[in-house]
Amino acid sequence: MAERNPPQSVTLNVNGTSETLEVDTRVTLLDALRDHLNLTGTKKGCDHGQCGACTVMVNGRRINSCLTLAVMHEGDEITTIEGIGTPEAPSDMQRAFVTCDGFQCGYCTPGQVMSGTAVLEEFRQGWPSHVSKDLTGNADFNDEELAERMSGNLCRCSAYPGIRQAITSVATKTKEAAE
Amino acid sequence: MTDMFRMDKPQPRLFDETVQGVIGKPLDRPEGLLKVTGRAPYAAEVPEANMVHGVLVRSTITRGRLTGIDKSALEGLSGILGVIRSPEFVRNSAQGMANEAPIQPEDHVAYFGQPMALVVAETFEAARDGAHRLRLSYETEHAEIDPTTTSEIDTKPDSFGDLDSAMAQADVTIDQKYSTPGQVSAAMEPHASIAWWEGDNVTLRGSYQMLRFNRNELADSLGIDPENVRILSPYVGGGFGSKLGIGSEAVAAAIAARELGRPVRVVMSRQHVFDMVLRRSETHQRLRLAAKADGTLLGIGHEDRVSNLPGEEFSEPTAMATHFMYGGENRLYNHEIARIHRTPSGSVRAPGEAVGMLALESAMDELAEVAGIDPVELRLRNLPEKHPEKGVPFSSRRFEDCLREGAKEFGWENRTPTASRREGDWFIGCGMSGAGRANMLVPSEARVTLEGDRAIVETDMTDIGTGSYAILTQIAAELLGLPMDRVETRLGDTRFPGASGSGGSVGAGSSGSSVFLAAKKIRARLAEAMGCAEEDLTLQDGIARSGNIQKPLSELAATAMTEEGGIKPGAMGKEFFQAGFGAHFVEIGVNAITGEARVRRMLGVFSAGRILNEKTATSQCIGGMVWGLGAALTEELQHDPRTGGIVSRDLANYHVASHADVPMIDVRLLPERDDQANPMQAKGIGELGISGAGAAVTNAIYNACGVRIRDFPATPDKIIAGLEALGR
Ligand code: FES
Ligand code: FES
Repeated sequence: MAERNPPQSVTLNVNGTSETLEVDTRVTLLDALRDHLNLTGTKKGCDHGQCGACTVMVNGRRINSCLTLAVMHEGDEITTIEGIGTPEAPSDMQRAFVTCDGFQCGYCTPGQVMSGTAVLEEFRQGWPSHVSKDLTGNADFNDEELAERMSGNLCRCSAYPGIRQAITSVATKTKEAAE
Repeated sequence: MTDMFRMDKPQPRLFDETVQGVIGKPLDRPEGLLKVTGRAPYAAEVPEANMVHGVLVRSTITRGRLTGIDKSALEGLSGILGVIRSPEFVRNSAQGMANEAPIQPEDHVAYFGQPMALVVAETFEAARDGAHRLRLSYETEHAEIDPTTTSEIDTKPDSFGDLDSAMAQADVTIDQKYSTPGQVSAAMEPHASIAWWEGDNVTLRGSYQMLRFNRNELADSLGIDPENVRILSPYVGGGFGSKLGIGSEAVAAAIAARELGRPVRVVMSRQHVFDMVLRRSETHQRLRLAAKADGTLLGIGHEDRVSNLPGEEFSEPTAMATHFMYGGENRLYNHEIARIHRTPSGSVRAPGEAVGMLALESAMDELAEVAGIDPVELRLRNLPEKHPEKGVPFSSRRFEDCLREGAKEFGWENRTPTASRREGDWFIGCGMSGAGRANMLVPSEARVTLEGDRAIVETDMTDIGTGSYAILTQIAAELLGLPMDRVETRLGDTRFPGASGSGGSVGAGSSGSSVFLAAKKIRARLAEAMGCAEEDLTLQDGIARSGNIQKPLSELAATAMTEEGGIKPGAMGKEFFQAGFGAHFVEIGVNAITGEARVRRMLGVFSAGRILNEKTATSQCIGGMVWGLGAALTEELQHDPRTGGIVSRDLANYHVASHADVPMIDVRLLPERDDQANPMQAKGIGELGISGAGAAVTNAIYNACGVRIRDFPATPDKIIAGLEALGR
């Protein structure tokens, strides 16, 4: 009997390293990262695009990696939490999460850090959100905007205030540095 | 065996004498960098060599008997290794501290969604495919699924004085019904277990809260000696009660691993977590308050109906906080447990208070309105001298200060009369409530080793986000006079001394005390080595001092010193009533057109004995308050009226609060020492924040627009109906 799901080859560029995998076509990008590349920093909270724990960047944009299949990403640049920083050399965002206690159990945290990092870039590029008063690239950076843009990332420990404090502190520092 | 210190007498305040200066400080979590960089390994994330994958299959009938398993649809699927089913399978997760196997129903089905079989395959994708294709056949039996109409009801009445005559004599009375829907823990990490066998020994890497109990529960489920079971849970992605007792995925993984001779990983899908893990019961409550014209309570009645499966010991203790929050001589309770065939109920964060306080604190708000007394003042007038039913004194209690200081900080005096403040389409209002949560001590043991100027703490305690790594490190560092980075805390391994585990807000006080006692024994040995009395010993930054003698710990503890500490409850828990208290204040906007309620400001003021780490304690309070917000506005389990099965079984249909629902939240922790609680003077704080929080939200809705929500949550449809009824 012919194999129903013959493995397919795909090459992903993960955190700057080219990785070629032979995967079942049903393997999500999330499971490819977690189970095939052992990059377990990206979390699975729902497997259905409802929690944001699996947030990674693909070609510079944040996505829910549970909602896409690995084989759809031939040649794509994937950045996971492991590519953002290490315990020895964390990013400013990661450090701010620790200082502001922007987590408790830590399970949603890599997703929050990825989203937080991406949100700042989205602001920089002038993307509006549902709550923006101005749709032409001049959205104010404020807590309402941030809460709206972070709402795809659930945290059952409910560290939301600390998470937004952390992101705000990085945004403020980056702004000060730019001025 | 560790000698167990019994908490029979008030304890001296050693932490007010020590000088390292880390206890209580808002220090970062020591494991924080591992978590924010994705390096902390959770249960499903440490694969064993040769590991295979299991996916559970649930029952699709409510009640009856499994008559057959048809595997034909799995033929030809590549990678399928087997369909595992065994009489050892468990019906549902064990209740907290059960310490024995949950019910093992064999072929019997007791609820829609019960785990029935495990499909195991070389890959997760193949196992999932197989699980979807597997066909089970049943013989069905009639099942009662509605708690309001079911015929089988257990009743537990209790009363003091005569509430009926108090109601008759009172100047003002409240007699209202409230209801709350089922809720779930919804920890972000789904339940996951990896099991493997070496000879007769099984190791389980799981996501559990109470390892000392979980080990016995797994052993009993498998019919083996607990000595042959090891459980590892160094990181737990949230628990909130859902991981108190061993679950069906763990037992199934262990059985499959034994049958197949390979390590097996079973991770529940999010939907299975809803189906198979204990929910919080829905409640139907009746509150009666009898008061004099000045608001003084003459009596309180709190009757409730909750539900559970036949045979489950647990029932949501709805009136838990009503017993001690407010005075009034005449008190009546009637706790009814409707036996129905739905996913069984169990502990979800703050069992009792989380839902009972919604009703009690709403009723207090209604009483304040009827009596024409400010809600803060009404509570201040009803603080009992002693526990109103047990007659014992409270240990430390700063409830009054929480109310007064909270009101001041929030600007409560600026609150406007009902439905009198409007900004555009928004009604704006403020509400408040009291908070209370009993404090308990559970036997707990730990080992501390001092070697030179480094210390290691070992206990099977867990950190489910609560901050155990932080506070246990701080406790040892403070007592041994070491900087934080010289102390390593190792948790979540049943090979370490058995701790209380994380649940019921007992972890910090109980397991913290065991670390405290072990470290204190090392202090005694250091004093001996210094030739001084323990009271004369000062330890700081790795140096021991007494008078004008000083020696480095690297010299005094050149040979490692290891001590075990243990604590158990004693007379202090009986002679005093111990609890944390607090007050919530909320400002809300209610949209006059859409009926949406948006919390704008939230302040919680709490007193819970000595705070061990201000940062992690604050996060615990914020977490609880947000849960209260969710219970007030969005969280609701929905059941199929035909089968009782849960239909809101994912995170798109069960609405936990998100960023956009939660404003910046203010928390204030009042300084307090509870000498009767434990040698650290600390009380539990993990569940205090949720107690009453939701009622402050719905009380604010009432103040904003005049709509009283008694059927939780306060969704827009109910608010609109209320506004229409008022002609607003
Ligand atoms: S795991 Fe992808 S959104 Fe939840
Ligand atoms: S930190 Fe636990 S879910 Fe966010």
